[in-house]
Amino acid sequence: MVAVRDVSVTIDRGSFFTLLGPSGSGKTTTLMMVAGFAHPTRGEVFVDGRAVAGLPPQKRELGMVFQSYAVFPHLTVFDNIAFPLQIRRVRRAEIRQRVGEALELVRLQGYDRRLPRQLSGGEQQRVALARALVFRPRVLLMDEPLGALDKKLRAHMQLELKHIQRHLHVTVIYVTHDQEEALTMSDRVAVMQRGHIEQVGTPAELYEAPSTRFVADFLGESNFVDGVVVGAPDPGRWLVRAAGGLEFRGVGAVPLQAGQPVTAAVRPEKLVPVDDAAGTAPIGAVNTCKGIVEEAIYLGDTTRYRVALGAGGAMTVKVPNRAGLRQHAEGESVALAWSPDETRIFPRSDA
Amino acid sequence: MTERSEARGYLLLLLPAILVLLALFVYPLLGIADRSVYKPRVGYTLDYYAQIWRVPVYLTVIWGTFQISALVTLFSLALGYPLAYLLATLRPRVAQLLMIVVILPFFTSIIVRTYAWMVLLGSNGVVNQYLMWLGLAEAPLKLLYNKGGVMIGMTYVLLPYMVLTVYSVMRGIDPAFIRAAHSLGASRWQAFRKVFLPLSLPGIAGGTLLVFILSLGFFITPALMGGPSDVMIAMLIEREVEYTLNWSFASALAVILLMLTLIGFVGYNRIVRLDRVFEARG
Repeated sequence: MVAVRDVSVTIDRGSFFTLLGPSGSGKTTTLMMVAGFAHPTRGEVFVDGRAVAGLPPQKRELGMVFQSYAVFPHLTVFDNIAFPLQIRRVRRAEIRQRVGEALELVRLQGYDRRLPRQLSGGEQQRVALARALVFRPRVLLMDEPLGALDKKLRAHMQLELKHIQRHLHVTVIYVTHDQEEALTMSDRVAVMQRGHIEQVGTPAELYEAPSTRFVADFLGESNFVDGVVVGAPDPGRWLVRAAGGLEFRGVGAVPLQAGQPVTAAVRPEKLVPVDDAAGTAPIGAVNTCKGIVEEAIYLGDTTRYRVALGAGGAMTVKVPNRAGLRQHAEGESVALAWSPDETRIFPRSDA
Repeated sequence: MTERSEARGYLLLLLPAILVLLALFVYPLLGIADRSVYKPRVGYTLDYYAQIWRVPVYLTVIWGTFQISALVTLFSLALGYPLAYLLATLRPRVAQLLMIVVILPFFTSIIVRTYAWMVLLGSNGVVNQYLMWLGLAEAPLKLLYNKGGVMIGMTYVLLPYMVLTVYSVMRGIDPAFIRAAHSLGASRWQAFRKVFLPLSLPGIAGGTLLVFILSLGFFITPALMGGPSDVMIAMLIEREVEYTLNWSFASALAVILLMLTLIGFVGYNRIVRLDRVFEARG
């Protein structure tokens, strides 16, 4: 069985790079190959231009934070953080100084004498981070390090990690299945699925211009509409006809041709409800459709509508709650408008 | 109120065990203690204890028992720790198979196994025949009816206890600790020495304690494989019960054995701090 195939990325020095994917997508295996705990049958890993695939983990000079923290339970916080320095035979005075700096970095001053079992999960996490950074590794690898923390602490640690990374200019390779985490922290993200990379890009690129249906689905939320390409009114633009006669334009993720079965994706917040009477915008500049509000859920910052399109299925619409914007009641008929630029069209293979 | 009813529930669950222990362990033990200080037609006396103290042979046997037990414990650790390490690091399939091999001897009577060793180690036994065939020995080596024989036999019987105790602790060590050590730059030896070994200490503590205490009361193996000078305290007790029929004196010896075992346990606890060792695993 192949866990990972054809994974090839270049990661800029000093950047925060995330491998994002569902479980079993090969993201952890990829990280373990960088770390040296898994071995690629073919291929090479370069760190600072040096091939390291043949080196054992201890020779790679990479810091690693594990999902379970792996803070040594028999050593104090000080000895845990001093561990990589003692291995490198750093002088005692320098160890003292550098452990002190590392403790300050993760804001655990005064914790040096404590044992791991006297620390909370978040504190152990910081010890693991300090320990992985104290020997100034060339790259910091992190395997779902925040997975075990509660939601609030996790959000806090995400920002703190990001600040530390910026402060130290250290290159980070981060593994997570949490898309929000990936968007919050990363400079660039690789979305993985079934052992290969679906798309690499900045969080905005991935969200606004997903190159596959999987990315559009996994990252954030999308409405999917199946249809067939009927024409190309402008270069790069395609006209799609969906079931029920609904026609709309969109941007092709890959080159398409007329007659090809496709799936179009639109983010719920890109759909704008317009009053039926005003729904007369010139066709071509915007896509429009009509439907009936099936469900309206007030969520505080937004209201979510489920709009039935008759034979064309249904759309989820997310509207920010602002003064002057009318709430639509259930059963009311509405028109929806959205931009062709925000409509991504992917080839559909199952048809 | 719920707490109290919960406590009562636990007590109910413990009751059968408590009753069995009271009837079959505590009561006879008190009987032994009582007998050890009671002389027929004389009444209560410490004569038997005085006799143990006065006659040098008893103290020699007690000292010898401790010596043999300590050596057997050391040998079991030296052989058992690497074996347990192997079991804990092998792929589960292979480890399971090896584990069966380790446990298999428990299915056979200890007497049968001891006799088997006697066949192997005798002057015309398999081991001596091979040694001579290989030219490693000119005459048969004396492997039986001496301290060496006792050591071999007892270490063999007690080894699984050591292996199982150490193994169970090693299995509980998260492999991520070892990976973490490697990622921090530790070589295989450094990762073992600074992380794995300290984390396996509870296993070493438990295993050595178990083997040592079991050794102290060992009877069949030293009786069959030892020589006249390798008498252990359990054999003395047996002699008093079976041949001299001096049950009171046997009881006094048994009480001494129990006391020394308890003292050994407490002393050991002082040195190793079992409570802390076990706590550190959390």
